Amino acid sequence: MTPSATTAATTPTFDDAVARYEPVIGLETHVELGTASKMFCGCSTVFGADPNTQVCPTCLGLPGSLPVVNEAAVRFAVMIGLALNCSVSPWCRFARKNYFYPDMPKNFQISQYDEPLCENGWLDVEVDGKIHRVGITRVHMEEDTGKSLHVGGATGRIHGATHSLVDYNRAGIPLIEIVTEPDVRSPEVARAYVDELRELCRALTVSDVRMEQGSLRCDANVSLRPRTAPGEPAAPYGTRSETKNLNSLRSVERAVRHEIVRQATRLDAGLRVVQETRHFDEASGTTSTGRSKEEATDYRYFPEPDLTPLALTHEYVDAVRATIPELPAQRRARLAGDYGFTPTDIVNMRNAGVLDLVEETIAAGAAVEAARKWWLNELARRAADAGVTPTGLAIGPFDVARITEMIADGDLTDALARTVIDGVLAGEGTPDEVVAGRGLKLVSDDGALTEAVDAVIAAQPAIADKVRGGKVNAVGPLVGAVMKAMKGQADPGTVRKLLLERLGQ
Amino acid sequence: MAITRDEIAHLARLSRLALSDEELDTLAPQLDVIIGAVARVAEVAAGDIPPTTHAVPLTNVFRADITRPSLPRTDALAGAPAVEDGRFRVPRILDMDE
Repeated sequence: MTPSATTAATTPTFDDAVARYEPVIGLETHVELGTASKMFCGCSTVFGADPNTQVCPTCLGLPGSLPVVNEAAVRFAVMIGLALNCSVSPWCRFARKNYFYPDMPKNFQISQYDEPLCENGWLDVEVDGKIHRVGITRVHMEEDTGKSLHVGGATGRIHGATHSLVDYNRAGIPLIEIVTEPDVRSPEVARAYVDELRELCRALTVSDVRMEQGSLRCDANVSLRPRTAPGEPAAPYGTRSETKNLNSLRSVERAVRHEIVRQATRLDAGLRVVQETRHFDEASGTTSTGRSKEEATDYRYFPEPDLTPLALTHEYVDAVRATIPELPAQRRARLAGDYGFTPTDIVNMRNAGVLDLVEETIAAGAAVEAARKWWLNELARRAADAGVTPTGLAIGPFDVARITEMIADGDLTDALARTVIDGVLAGEGTPDEVVAGRGLKLVSDDGALTEAVDAVIAAQPAIADKVRGGKVNAVGPLVGAVMKAMKGQADPGTVRKLLLERLGQ
Repeated sequence: MAITRDEIAHLARLSRLALSDEELDTLAPQLDVIIGAVARVAEVAAGDIPPTTHAVPLTNVFRADITRPSLPRTDALAGAPAVEDGRFRVPRILDMDE
């Protein structure tokens, strides 16, 4: 990259920026809970419904309506808090956050203010084999807002729009806000934190955590301070910017990276960093200043008079704690210990959507490496070709375990195993039924194989002589010819061995 | 003074109320009296009385996570000042100069 002469003098590279300034990063993540109904009313939360078809007097804020707390949402929030090593408040209230913006029809959002449900936890994040502990300040409950469509401006942007259209289907969906301490020091760790949090929520089955649908979104607070020499006290925190609504892991990393360079550029030039909200533009990878219209901090919070306080008992919290399944970090440790999987193996299998399937296949009797290989390569590809997730394939862990067993027993080659997979996917039954139905069993030691070997030797005397003369590698074409004669139903290794025996090698 | 004229002007702005100078002059002393009256409650509340937001000492009022039918869309939009494409149509959110 060759920046123009004017910017070369003023814009540091990322590496240069972080060599002189220490980034201080805190993250606020919003997670939409996967409850069936909304936070305070019985409207459905299903994504993608026609606009304003999942609304009622309560979530539209009509006069006379009253909110009632969804117990499942509280339970899910407590699960998240406990999984993040937080303490659960024995008594807390909801609060009204007052603001004028049409994404909430009530002119306020029910949230929590000075009494969050959970506080003081942490989440360990691993980057390049190093563990970073990220402190969790608080986990609080609130309701999601409606979705605005801005009309009349360029590409749906709020700037320049003539008017906006609002869909309140999302308004009132239970939302959890998870706020970290300013513990993060790099874009990579910021990304890894959001990734780990997403996996954690997925393991808890409290949210579908689909960033592209907005059920998990992240705001990044970034500031810089001068690095100080070892042993000297750290400089005070600099002024931070808050970049809103990052909706992919990649965006989290890119936006933080961009903010670091942007702020370093300002500081180098002797300018101040302005405390403000910024928006990230995916296309350019840059952030731009957001609205500073509302006296943003003046939300006039007060305790929500329409809701009673939450006073969760020890028994309730312990009962929720008992439902927490194995968490991602525990699972990774177990998979590494039991099966020898590396962190990269696990990430690859997870991203391919086959991690559970591999585990189940191993549990069904398959060798570890075989289970990993078949799901990660062949079956993940079949799923992609069919446009389904691997779990949606018509072949399951027991089938795959049986196939790997047949390979290990020498009854199938990899090529034949693929044919068996074809059969199972085509609904021809279990692997054994497909093998029987299609007559796929390997011919390894009966007369038919010997006969085919002799026929090929007789048909290709020149090559046969070469092999007899000691050129063992020349046997390849003969193996191919025998495999062809056997219609693939022979083990190439066995064929080769038999050929060499017959040719005196 | 428990509350100043400037604070009331600020609150009015946050609440999107266009109060005239005359209205501010009238409302400021009135609100000051009201706040002063409410403040007297704090004087009688001793340290052993916890602040409360509810007259009824209830906690943990929950509903089960069960969906109920929503409003038909025509009803949901019936009270909207303007409707477009099944959505509530609202005026421009940002002013032109922003």
